[in-house]
Amino acid sequence: MKKYVDNFMQYQFLLSELVKKGIKLKYRRSYLGMIWSLLEPLLTMIVLTIVFGTLYGNTDKTFPVYILTGRLLYSFFSQATKAALKSIRQNSAMIKKVYVPKYLYPLSSVLFNYVIFLISLIVLAVVSVVLGVKPTTHLWQSLVALVLILFISYGCGMILATIGVFFRDMEYLWSVALMLVMYTCAIFYYPSKLLKSGWAWILKYNPLYCVIDIFRSGVFGEPMNIDYLIYTVAFAVLSMLIGLICFKKKQDDFILYI
Amino acid sequence: MSKPAIIVDNVSMKFNLSKEKVDSLKDYIIKSLKKEIQYNEFWALQNVSFTVEKGDRVGILGLNGAGKSTLLKVIAGVFKPTEGTVTKYGKMVPLLELGAGFDPQYTGRENIYLYGAMLGYTKAFIDEKYDEIVKFSELKEFIDVPIKNYSSGMKSRLGFSIATVVSPKILILDEVLSVGDAKFRKKSEKKVLSMFDSGVTVLFVSHSLAQVQRICNKAMILEKGKLIAYGDIDTISEQYEQMTN
Repeated sequence: MKKYVDNFMQYQFLLSELVKKGIKLKYRRSYLGMIWSLLEPLLTMIVLTIVFGTLYGNTDKTFPVYILTGRLLYSFFSQATKAALKSIRQNSAMIKKVYVPKYLYPLSSVLFNYVIFLISLIVLAVVSVVLGVKPTTHLWQSLVALVLILFISYGCGMILATIGVFFRDMEYLWSVALMLVMYTCAIFYYPSKLLKSGWAWILKYNPLYCVIDIFRSGVFGEPMNIDYLIYTVAFAVLSMLIGLICFKKKQDDFILYI
Repeated sequence: MSKPAIIVDNVSMKFNLSKEKVDSLKDYIIKSLKKEIQYNEFWALQNVSFTVEKGDRVGILGLNGAGKSTLLKVIAGVFKPTEGTVTKYGKMVPLLELGAGFDPQYTGRENIYLYGAMLGYTKAFIDEKYDEIVKFSELKEFIDVPIKNYSSGMKSRLGFSIATVVSPKILILDEVLSVGDAKFRKKSEKKVLSMFDSGVTVLFVSHSLAQVQRICNKAMILEKGKLIAYGDIDTISEQYEQMTN
């Protein structure tokens, strides 16, 4: 164990450089730069509110906050896992020349998206205050969700990165899978009707829906669903475990395939 | 007497050369059902064992495809050997295809930090040596330009300057003394020679026997992945000349 910690400390600077690189390059050469990380979720929130709120006759004043919470968490998960999936192939030039622990590449991909995601939470805070959603003592639940989604994304990211090296098709398959995840996350509709029907399992077994639900209950000041919490913690641990084992077992073969 | 710097113990490296590249799920499933995936096993290195002592400068000779670059990559830790082990004592700097780790969208300045981090330098160390790196690369006026606008010579110059700013215990050189223009080549050879004086251990791959004779005190010959001779530079270069004639 100590060996792993020492190894990690030694490469901490490289990890921070890789994270910095991801953030810097994402918005390089755009005029608004980092402001896009705030503007983009705000604009999609407006579009979704118009379509699924106004046009569908939903008059709830806090509906934009509801949409924004779901959309922010989902888009972090989707961006982070997509980046992790490509990370090994994208850094193949470096992998072929210099020895660096390979887990740093998916890790830095997930982390730089996490930093951008945390910055974009400012939008959520502002919109909540404007629409009168006040923070309560339940807000700590949202922090739990923020930690959980990081682990789930890294766990899934490592599994995907490993598969992505051997099969390029995974990139396309995963974007289809992500669409499925998005529609079963209750981002822009209320889940109550679906939860009462025979299809409730679609939501309940979607770990991302559960994380979003925990996050929302923190924002809206309601106690969280303990079943969801247990399920997502178990999912996070399991995906991390599978991810680490797959990655560790296969990482020496990566170089032969990139 | 002297201590070992690198111990290569019975190293073999196998590659599976599949006849057709199978990298899509569909191909894989169809071909494995039809049992059509065939691999040609190819041993790039076979049972290579040797010890390099501290301060030795070893030239690696061999024809194209003899496994020279594979051997260097195994020693650098990029490839994990199929069998056998490599033990290294001391900080190692690999100079393999300089500048390959650069990000094209990043500027020269940002790449110095990125590539430095990749080679295991600390931030404080790069801060301290930053001016020296820029000065040696002679790229002062281009340092804030994205690397994609650099010429290949400029890229190698920057790569060489970053990699040689440390004083490593072990230096791995793969044909890198031929980077840049004649002026820079002289400068880089001088830099490498000055490292020799500090007792660095060197592994050097080159096709030019003359260059190997000038730099190395020992040499080895690889042929088809096997180590066929290892010893004093004079005896080995004689043998190599006979081989190539």
